[in-house]
Amino acid sequence: MNNTLISLVKKEFLHIIRDRRTALITILMPLVLLLLFGYAISTEVNNINVMAVIDFHSDKSREILKKMEVNSYFTFIGLATVEELDDAMKRGDADAGLVMRQSDAQTEYQIIVDASNPNMAKTATAYLTGLIEPAGNSLVTTRTLYNPRLKSSYNFVPGIMGMIFILVCAIMTSVSIVSEKESGTMNLLLVSPIRPAMIIIGKLVPYFVLSCIILAAMLGLSYGLLDIPLNASVFNVILLSMLYIVLALSIGLLVSSIVSTQLAALIVSAMIFMIPIIFFSGMLFPIDNMPQVLQWLSSIIPARWYISALKKLMIQQLPVSYIVHEVTILGFMTLLILVIAIKKFKTR
Amino acid sequence: MDAAIQIEKISKSYGSNHALQDVTFSVNSGEMFGLIGPDGAGKSSLYQILATLSTPDSGTASILGLDTVKDYKALRTKIGYMPDRFSLYPDLSVMENLEFFASLFGVTVKQNFDLIEPIFGQLSKFPKRRAGALSGGMKQKLALSCALIHRPEILLLDEPTTGVDAVSRSEFWDMLADLKKIGITILVSTSYMDEAARCERIAIIDSGRILRIGSEKELTASLGENLFNAVSSNMFALLSALRKLPDVENCYTFGATLHVVTSPDFNPDRAIAKLRDEGIDDVKIFPAKGDIEDLFIKLKNEQ
Repeated sequence: MNNTLISLVKKEFLHIIRDRRTALITILMPLVLLLLFGYAISTEVNNINVMAVIDFHSDKSREILKKMEVNSYFTFIGLATVEELDDAMKRGDADAGLVMRQSDAQTEYQIIVDASNPNMAKTATAYLTGLIEPAGNSLVTTRTLYNPRLKSSYNFVPGIMGMIFILVCAIMTSVSIVSEKESGTMNLLLVSPIRPAMIIIGKLVPYFVLSCIILAAMLGLSYGLLDIPLNASVFNVILLSMLYIVLALSIGLLVSSIVSTQLAALIVSAMIFMIPIIFFSGMLFPIDNMPQVLQWLSSIIPARWYISALKKLMIQQLPVSYIVHEVTILGFMTLLILVIAIKKFKTR
Repeated sequence: MDAAIQIEKISKSYGSNHALQDVTFSVNSGEMFGLIGPDGAGKSSLYQILATLSTPDSGTASILGLDTVKDYKALRTKIGYMPDRFSLYPDLSVMENLEFFASLFGVTVKQNFDLIEPIFGQLSKFPKRRAGALSGGMKQKLALSCALIHRPEILLLDEPTTGVDAVSRSEFWDMLADLKKIGITILVSTSYMDEAARCERIAIIDSGRILRIGSEKELTASLGENLFNAVSSNMFALLSALRKLPDVENCYTFGATLHVVTSPDFNPDRAIAKLRDEGIDDVKIFPAKGDIEDLFIKLKNEQ
């Protein structure tokens, strides 16, 4: 470390601290997103409003009704006639209905679901089927690996981490470099005797440190509050995330060398990097369901590989040998982008 | 080599815009040289080349014998460049800015404070104020301090007085005069023609070409002969009436008066009589002393 680099880094930290609002948003936003997806918003289906139509009461029907009442997945509204059920479904008061009829001394079951929300309909059908056929009668046994309670936060934590680092590193780095271009201070840096590499390092170091702080906060929250099981792999998670942070910083550097205004930097970072991450990284929609072309597209999105590796480490708790593939791809991407970005960085 | 800055046939284009065409001039060591021309004349393009930020399409420039393209690294410690826009960090304080720029050049503020002390004087009363909160004049002083903090031999000042009030402008030129006294070569550009008198020699630049080079006296000496002031209570009527007179070649507003460029046959008394016939009866016409602005208008008309 020489003095020039220290003063470049110090200057950059002053910029970050002086802009209190941005600094606050940068630190708080990841935590808020994490808590939001961890607690409040989830793709789990709970509280399905259900009605039952029963012609003929039996031990079996009473048992099913009882299960429905105590099960937290359902909110049992009450018994009804077929017409009343139909009416309630139309009004949206009921999400699902279970009809039980006696015919030829055999009980027939009909499940009616409101499929205007397909995800809910599928889940409700599965739940209701489970009620009708108790596990003992079935030949199929299900074993849910890695996330036995099917918590959606387990899926979202890696996704949000994949998104946040691009947001913080790519957007903040590119905006900070481009703002120096806009204000003309970059010219003053360039006419000084310091080497361009030093200018770049001076820009990257502060945002790397900031990202590591955010990483620590997010991991603390994930392991502490969201009950993601903590084990030795946390060190691997940190190393993997650092690689991803460097990659995101390189992307920011590349963006800043292409555009010339802060607004453009913001738009390019957001449009080209954020939106594909949300849609094509596997965070929300499974990659295997996508058309082949989009699958190819998703494989050039760094977040996909990071999220995939992170899931293996954090949720599946697999050893490092299982993420070699992802790490290799991320490492290669980092190198490629960094080289292009440094080459494109104008020295005069 | 006596010339501190040597510019040879420099041309530079941005797309179809010829920012600089065959620009040639030199600045002597220890000289205060002014580059005078309107906005868009190519001044900043030339500064960017001299400051080693861009390269010319053709031609060469050297400063202290160092080529701006080949020897740019060695050159960067010897020049102090102040761009045409305020280019400091507005969110850093006065002192933080100064210390930062000192550290870029590997010096400390203390080492070279004696050089900037006369300029930094008033600023040292509020070292913690954010640079963005300073007045225009103060900003320029801080920018000059930052450009000087590494003790450069050559100062490249691109429109340092633009957007600064008249008093601060005058003060700024006094400071430059003091810097010249201690041997710093200064190349300063301005779009204020009246600032030409502050320079030892000037180059008039327009549309990327150098039109004239010389001291203000030399350049304006020939202007006085056929140049007159004209005043009346109705200046607008006077302007259009004068432009119709046969011996008047050009007439334009100049401060509170009109400047009238005439042919040698022009007779002020006859002109006053003629204007009186047209109903403008309080006209005064008397010889004027031409300055750079008159020269510039003349040169523009000749093109």
